[in-house]
Parts: sequence; structure tokens; C-alpha cells
Amino acid sequence: MPAVEVVRTGALTTVQDGGRRGHAALGVGPSGAADRASYALANRLLANPEGASALEVTMGGLVLRARGPVTATVTGAPCPVTVDGRGAATDTVLHLPDGAELRLGTPFAGLRSYVAVRGGLDVAPVLGSRSTDTLAGLGPPRPEPGTVLPIGPPPRALPAVDWVPARPFPAEELDLRIVPGPRDDWFTESALGVLLGSAYEVTSRSDRVGARLRGPALSRRRGGELPSEGMVPGSLQVPPEGRPVLFLADHPVTGGYPVIAVVVSADVSRAAQARPGTRLRFRL
Amino acid sequence: MRVLRCADSGVLVEVADLDEALALQAALAEQPPAGVTDIVPAARTVLLRLDPDGGDAGAVAAAVGRLRPRRGTRAAAGELEVPVQYDGEDLADIAALTGLSEREVVDAHTAAAWTVAFCGFAPGFGYLVSDDARLHVPRRSEARPRVPPGAVALAGEFTGIYPRASPGGWRLLGSTELVTWDLDRDPPALLRPGVKVRFREEPPAPRRRSGPSAAEDGGRNARSEGGPRADAGS
Repeated sequence: MPAVEVVRTGALTTVQDGGRRGHAALGVGPSGAADRASYALANRLLANPEGASALEVTMGGLVLRARGPVTATVTGAPCPVTVDGRGAATDTVLHLPDGAELRLGTPFAGLRSYVAVRGGLDVAPVLGSRSTDTLAGLGPPRPEPGTVLPIGPPPRALPAVDWVPARPFPAEELDLRIVPGPRDDWFTESALGVLLGSAYEVTSRSDRVGARLRGPALSRRRGGELPSEGMVPGSLQVPPEGRPVLFLADHPVTGGYPVIAVVVSADVSRAAQARPGTRLRFRL
Repeated sequence: MRVLRCADSGVLVEVADLDEALALQAALAEQPPAGVTDIVPAARTVLLRLDPDGGDAGAVAAAVGRLRPRRGTRAAAGELEVPVQYDGEDLADIAALTGLSEREVVDAHTAAAWTVAFCGFAPGFGYLVSDDARLHVPRRSEARPRVPPGAVALAGEFTGIYPRASPGGWRLLGSTELVTWDLDRDPPALLRPGVKVRFREEPPAPRRRSGPSAAEDGGRNARSEGGPRADAGS
């Protein structure tokens, strides 16, 4: 069976798929690819079934060696790609001969690239998913140099296209659509206006759990404690000091701070590509 | 009952109290609305998470509005007995906060009929409630950086068992050798919403005694190797 061997991982490489469903009542979060759109595109390019597992590579630096012929693609944050030292492109179907080395450089824009292989990574699922939940410590172990990731049988369908037009990855400013609530009534009347009228910068204290933002504080109308309640990806949760955290794939299942607004699901993927320093602008 | 939206990713239903949340959870388990991937009960809310590729928040909200949860109904989920050594670091503080003696705290904790209301914080961490309000204590003002796995603790109206080592702000009452979260088990969590729990006092750890009897030692080994014997199945 073909496989890929991890030679270098870069800053953070994890195995991800469409996420873990049906276990939230046991305290298990969704996890899954942080940028669902780029992850889904990778599987579509290779004619993989939806939900085939792939590698999520944060800020590039991944080096893989093909064991047997491997068909692969790199989507998400655009980065320099080489196959055995020769330049290749993102968002295209790549044919790696046995022994070939696939390298990802540092992205030109964005944060997370996805490396998918035709057939998907055949690692053992945990609770029905091959996603690595970095907060809960659940899922496939983090790949390390020397890790061999087996590849599943190729799907019947053949790739229909060789490449797709790249989607833009704004480097400096990102517009995200939000819907106020569910706890906007915990904040002063001006708080929503402040959120909509200001730029919030993604700080370096951001990870797969959430993007911690810097910007004007959102003040509460009421004090007291919110009893812990369920959270969704895209939630803008506001701790007492007033700076929101934008929850991403590995967010906690429940949280005790009020959520002033939620980023619509289609825009959470784009938010997951915002590097530290990116300014987020929220609109209705 | 108040139905709130989490954009197109969820519908958060706010209810008056835990009892109503449990009844709603039971009604939802019987008639799950289409497009819902997960039901996340909590103290005053039930969140319905929607399928990111096809859940319809409006339709789900309408379906929830049509439910008529019956107060007092609970999703049946089995029973569990939890052996506890009541030697926690905060036992004296808990006694002081509740106005009970340490003995009375242990007696109250073992006498109460507990139910897992919901899970959260970490995989397999259940929030257990009982009718005994004497054991309500505030969280510690500062969380411990590491609470050992198996720690049995109190906070607010809840008791809980830490499934693995983690930071934690609950007050430590004791510890159990019961493994409450095990991925090799299906389902992996013993403490699932609706499970009824009794705590049973165990003698202190053997290292603190002159020497345990062979029978006690055998029992302890059987538990740690064979996992829980109490029936938590539905």
C-alpha cells in the first residue's frame, strides 16, 4: 500500500478531516480542518470522498516523501511547493513518483495549507473521526519526522480537473459577516456598534482553539456569571476584560463567557487563515 | 423557553432551570430535528449544533418551538457506583464553607442521589447534581495548575470527577480509581447525561495504612485492571 513518510513537520502539522460529530454531549468538540473550504477543495481536486483525512500544515515547513506513487495536492494558504526540488503549484493535482519529496515553504499569505493524497490518510479514527483535537488531546497522534502515514485505497472517480483558480487570501484586512447573539443582550447598547465599527487585530496568542483579538473592549451591561453553555465555531466570546476570542475548530464544547455575535459558517474558514497582525472587520 | 440563534451554526435554547434543560434534552432525544449534528445540554441551556453543510437554523428553531417537554422527564441512561477515598486537599475547606464537619460532608456526598446533568470542560467530564443543597460551595478563587485524574470535586451546585490531569478550580473532596473516560470503551464516557450516580466511601489508600488485607488488595487490583464493574449501560 502506498504511504507518505513525514520528513519534517514545520511548526504544526496535524491530521484532520471534516470533524467529529455526535459526541458533544460527552464533552467532545467538533475539531476538524480549521479552514473547511480549503480542505474540501483538496478532496474535490483528487476526487476523494468528502471527509477523507488530510494534513493541515500551519505556516508551511512540511516535507513528505512518497512511498510508492502518490497523487497529492496542496490547497489553502498559498506557499512555495516543490517536488524533488522542482517548482510545483498549489491547487493543482501533483503526481509524486516513488521516493519523491514534496516540500512546502512558508506561505505568501494565510496560515494553514492542506496536503491531501488520493485515497486519504488511512490512520485509525478516534470516535468516528481522524481529526486531531489539540485542546482535548483526542485523535490521531501528531505526525513527527519518521512517521509513516498509510494511504487508503483510491476512490473509483478520477480527478476531473487539474487545477482550480486560487481564492484570494487577504494579507492585511479581512471582512467577516456576523450575526449578533446569542448573548448580545449581556453587552451595552454601544458594544455591538464598537464591534462593527472597529478593526480587531489577530494576536500571536491564536491557535486552532481560537483567534485572540486586540481592539476596543466590549463592555457588559450586566455583571454576574453566565452559566456555562454550548459554543459553536465562529463564536465571538468575550472574557471580562472585553477583548473577543473568535472560536475555531478546537474550541471548548462549553464556555462560561457571553458570546456577543457569531461569524457565519462560510466565513469561519476565511477567519482560520488570518495570521497574527491581520485586522478583522465585522459586518452584518 | 427562549430560542436564540448562533448564526447559521446553532440554535441555543434557554430554559428556566436545570430540570427544564433535562426535560428538553429528553424530548429532543426522542424527536431530534433534522440537520442537527449534536445536542449539547448545559445548566440553563441546550445547544443544537447544526450540520455546517445543510442545517437550517430557522427550521430547527421552529421544530424546537413545537416541542412540549414534560418537566421531570429524564433521558434514562443507567446507574453507576463510584468508590471514593475521601482524602481530598480541600476537604477541610469544604467543611468550613458548608458548616458541616468533614464526616458530615462525606456522609452527605455518599447519601445523595446524583445525576449527570451534562458534560463539558473536557471529554468525559460530567456535571452531577443532587437535591442536597448543603454541599454547594464556590469554586476556588485560583485554579490549580494540575488536578490529578480521578479527583472527585465540588463547585457550585455540582460534583464532578476529573477524567484526566488538567488545570481545575473545583474543590477537591477525594479521589477514585474508576476510569471515567476510556477510548477503548464504547461509549468512552461512564458519566453521560442522565446516568444516576452513587458515591461509596472507600478506606484510605493502602500506603497510609499499616497494611491492607489481601481481600481489599485483590478487590482494588480487579478494579484497576478490569475497569468499572458498576453497570453504566442503558
